[in-house]
Amino acid sequence: MEVFLQTLVAGILKGGLYGLIGIGMSLIMGVMGIINLAHGQLMMVAMYVTFVLSHYLGIDPYISLFVSMPALFFLGVVIQKYTLNPLMEVDSILPENQVLMTVGIGMVLTEIARFIFTSDYKSVQTNYSDATFYLGEISFSVALVIAFCIAIGFTLFMFWFLLKTDIGRSIRATAQDKDAALLMGVNSKRITVITFGLGSALVAAAGTVLMPIYYLFPDIGGPFTRKAFVITILGGLGSTVGAIFGGLTLGLAEAFGATYIGMAYDDMIGLLIFILVLLFLPGGFKRLTKI
Amino acid sequence: MLKVNNIDVFYGDLQVLWDVSFEVREGEILVLIGANGAGKSTTIKTLSSLLTPAKGTIEYGGIRLDQQEPHEIIQLGIVHVPEGRRLFAEMSVEENLIMGSLYGEAKAKRYETMEHVFELFPRMKERRKQMAGTLSGGEQQMAAIGRGLMSLPKIMMFDEPSLGLAPILVQEIFEMIKRIKEEGVTILLVEQNVTQTLAMCDRAYVLENGRIVLEGAGSELMENEQVKEAFLGI
Repeated sequence: MEVFLQTLVAGILKGGLYGLIGIGMSLIMGVMGIINLAHGQLMMVAMYVTFVLSHYLGIDPYISLFVSMPALFFLGVVIQKYTLNPLMEVDSILPENQVLMTVGIGMVLTEIARFIFTSDYKSVQTNYSDATFYLGEISFSVALVIAFCIAIGFTLFMFWFLLKTDIGRSIRATAQDKDAALLMGVNSKRITVITFGLGSALVAAAGTVLMPIYYLFPDIGGPFTRKAFVITILGGLGSTVGAIFGGLTLGLAEAFGATYIGMAYDDMIGLLIFILVLLFLPGGFKRLTKI
Repeated sequence: MLKVNNIDVFYGDLQVLWDVSFEVREGEILVLIGANGAGKSTTIKTLSSLLTPAKGTIEYGGIRLDQQEPHEIIQLGIVHVPEGRRLFAEMSVEENLIMGSLYGEAKAKRYETMEHVFELFPRMKERRKQMAGTLSGGEQQMAAIGRGLMSLPKIMMFDEPSLGLAPILVQEIFEMIKRIKEEGVTILLVEQNVTQTLAMCDRAYVLENGRIVLEGAGSELMENEQVKEAFLGI
């Protein structure tokens, strides 16, 4: 029973972070209609930003959120404005080819990171990296709990933003009916740029709060792009509420897989769930929610 | 007020409008009628800058409308209520209305205008929290008109507002359009419902195969042999 509860806690904490990663990808999917296959690589960039700030300037990873998020927002804006939007201007290029562009961007980011930092593993050591506290018999990693709380905070903020501000509403409107949004005066190009920036900033937050408990190397982006993809599909493409459920599901599946089947299989469990959802609940959890 | 001068419009290689010219006068209800595929919706879409004319100009108060970006049109006081309503299905009625008032004066007077829309369409007030996608066809049309009104337009363009509605609802929608005109909004209406629209409009143009073939007062066109034969089946 303790093992079960311990696993449940680990899964939920991880799931909260996965949700944050998935929301960024879902937003981009909803507005642009494409999967951003550089999502994990953007997270990797944010992790290196955090690493540099901590290693050379001694800045606490949580403080560096104030740097990594704006930096990745800006990077996302530049990517959308100068590499993805120009593709839409050309009639002979299918919009789907933007996905290929994101693959290329992911590769470039990875190789730039390798060029600067080599392939060595890096990590950020803080005095709370290994700290734990106990509730009853269940142990909680302090850093993971803080990461989870920050993830929930950003998730709630994102929902407030999408539901209550004009820009948030314009993002949702563009995702639901782009032409009607245009007629209402929504500058859809500007919205795509803002959305890509926001998605990048959200995944940057996830990467930054993971740094105290994770290691970092240039190829770490790929696995996280895959996870984000699975989360987005589980949630139903473009659904932000779905992405949270997708993130939790993946987090729990990986945790239980690692505990009851074997550490090496946690990725496999996630992908197995992914296939089962595709087979039996096509459309993902969006079918069960509304936003 | 708004002048369309000799425009040619293409979808890709296919020419849809040929040398179309007409004029919208302040305070009137102007109707474009014509069969399916005559180019009515294309005309409205061109006025909204969703399509760009290959030739010709569109002038509106000293501004070249054909050189504007689509999202700029609504800020000039021209709103397009599109065919098939095109509401934001997964947003509430209230949020759909808010989407009509993103800029300038419309934004400043957002909740004032919303109260006015609720006066015109009491049913929208009842349904304000409901998702637009779950409304009935008639209610969706009201919400779409309400969303257009939220922008405090000078010109409102309607694309087939009667499409798919029961006759009694069509009557209601047309009454509403007349009322909006009385509030000082100029109306440009595209319709296949020829009998009713000719009866309510000030002037009308008849489109045929992408060309304007007739123009005149609504009552005049009702008596026109060509119109009778082509549209009224008399």
